[in-house]
Amino acid sequence: MSGYIQSENDESLAKELCSPLPTERVIFTYAMNAIAFGLTGLALIPLLSILWEILIRGISGLKSEMFVKAVIDNGFGNAILGTIIMVVIGAILSIPTGIMTGIFLAEFGQGNPIAGFVRFITNILTGVPSIVVGVFAYGVIVLVTKGFSAIAGGFALAVIMLPVIILTTEESLKLIPTSQRLASAALGGTRFQTTFRIIVTAAIPGITTGILLAVARAAGETAPLIFTALFSLDWSEGLLSPTASLPVLIFNLYNDPDPQKGQLVWTTSIVLLSLILCVSILSRLVIRQRRLN
Amino acid sequence: MANSSEPADRNSSDDSNLDDESFNLTAIGGTNFWFDQSFTRLVYFFAVITVAVLFLMSWVILHEALPAIKQFGLGFLWGQDWDTGNKIFGALPYIYGTLVSSAIAILFAVPIGIAIALVTSENFLPSSLRTILAFVVELIAAIPSVIIGLWGIFVFIPFLEPLQKWLGSTLKWIPLFNTEDPSGTNMLTAGIILAIMILPTMAAITRDVLMAIPKELRSASMALGGTRWETVFRVLLPAGFSGMVSAAMLALGRALGETMAVTMVIGNSAQISASLLNPAYTIPSVLANEFAEAEPGLHIGALSYLALILFGLTLAVNIGAVLLVKWVGRKNS
Repeated sequence: MSGYIQSENDESLAKELCSPLPTERVIFTYAMNAIAFGLTGLALIPLLSILWEILIRGISGLKSEMFVKAVIDNGFGNAILGTIIMVVIGAILSIPTGIMTGIFLAEFGQGNPIAGFVRFITNILTGVPSIVVGVFAYGVIVLVTKGFSAIAGGFALAVIMLPVIILTTEESLKLIPTSQRLASAALGGTRFQTTFRIIVTAAIPGITTGILLAVARAAGETAPLIFTALFSLDWSEGLLSPTASLPVLIFNLYNDPDPQKGQLVWTTSIVLLSLILCVSILSRLVIRQRRLN
Repeated sequence: MANSSEPADRNSSDDSNLDDESFNLTAIGGTNFWFDQSFTRLVYFFAVITVAVLFLMSWVILHEALPAIKQFGLGFLWGQDWDTGNKIFGALPYIYGTLVSSAIAILFAVPIGIAIALVTSENFLPSSLRTILAFVVELIAAIPSVIIGLWGIFVFIPFLEPLQKWLGSTLKWIPLFNTEDPSGTNMLTAGIILAIMILPTMAAITRDVLMAIPKELRSASMALGGTRWETVFRVLLPAGFSGMVSAAMLALGRALGETMAVTMVIGNSAQISASLLNPAYTIPSVLANEFAEAEPGLHIGALSYLALILFGLTLAVNIGAVLLVKWVGRKNS
């Protein structure tokens, strides 16, 4: 200890303290910077490449009459209609259940062991593979009604949408300050009045975002529709008959030797991708704006 | 204006309240009470539906799989033949393909995901650029799987094929690459495509984990003279380790169940081989390819048995991840 002020160490210590980082630490810093930025750049390449290729290969085939023709006439009108019908069926089934369960978790959840269990189940439900949901819908609807149908497809989509809606509803209800609940209760509001007139009304933008995200996710799902809604080349005959959808169109026709069908696949990809990207970018922007406020 | 009109409004509403017969502070009856009761019941009812969905799902799939379970028992797990004509079914090649392709995906996605999380959570870049970057990476999650598969088949495989041919010809002596003249559709391609698809999950959760680490830890490390990367390696990564493990598990769960993109690029050939440049098959792929045309009975049963195995596999991984997150949360609070 005493040596450090008097001896010749003094000079080298001062030098060490005043000098910039040793070379190996500088090299380490720059090398790690390069690796981190390199890997991040690498991750962006697929995304940009996907957007670019789909746009380039698909845009030349895009014609307005495709929207009103069935697949059999080189259009994708029936697939768009089928996707919309099945997403709507999914939404009708999953939105009430999802919002109510979200309310349960956010408003009835404090210190309630049942809510902890429901939240756990919801998290597990998020991770169930979509193809397994398809097998479930096959067992519940297709085997019972004895036929592939839009209803079975919509049911599968509902199961996929459900956890997304529950979790976003819970998140947006939790953002509403407790003081508003207390104020409503102090004015004599019952739980129903507080929840519906104050909390849910205030959280409507957040809940809408959740529904949009769920719709975007469901519209792109292919796996559960392959053996629940199947596919049809022509317009569907009703809710209980096989129904076409945009993702299944891509999967069924991507190997088709007919160049016209090949072009149709890329054009369908543009339509599907722009639909989904618009909805998800929109919903994410809404979330971000709310967080900033 | 507002001042003069408000008292009048309040008075009128007070009057109407006092006239109301149901105006009772300790209500155990009346419209509002019953409304409230039934509302509570309704909320519980829907919560029970949510829980029931998961249990019903397990039961239905188990029920569908029963013919195959009765016929093959646990031997199904290590049976290697899949012969629809002779009704002999075995799951091992599919289980192998699912696990190996997911393992490859995790191998690629973990380091890249952590790199993205670091770049977007630490102050390497101005914050506006950081949020845009994180946003763009998350967009990958929004692209439908079938479109990524389409891109994989027509854009990525032609790009990757020369590299894989070179690997197959020069590194033949390594069992992993021991394939003469590989075609582009194989296990390695499927693994890389899967890695792209689970990257947003990995990056987003790791980012949340890193952001949750208290600023004091960073400041302390910097104050002791650590550089940014020394802070990352000695403080941030150890502190966020368990969070990152659960992120990797959630990403693994997603990779195990991913269907369309894998089906389109993995080559769909049920075989077990050490070489990653050989085509393979996964559980979701065989379900996607065969379920719609399967005959009721043993074939549907065997496919449902496969779905049950996949369900159990992802359930185990996801429950593990959720429990880990809970355990870490309890430890930190």
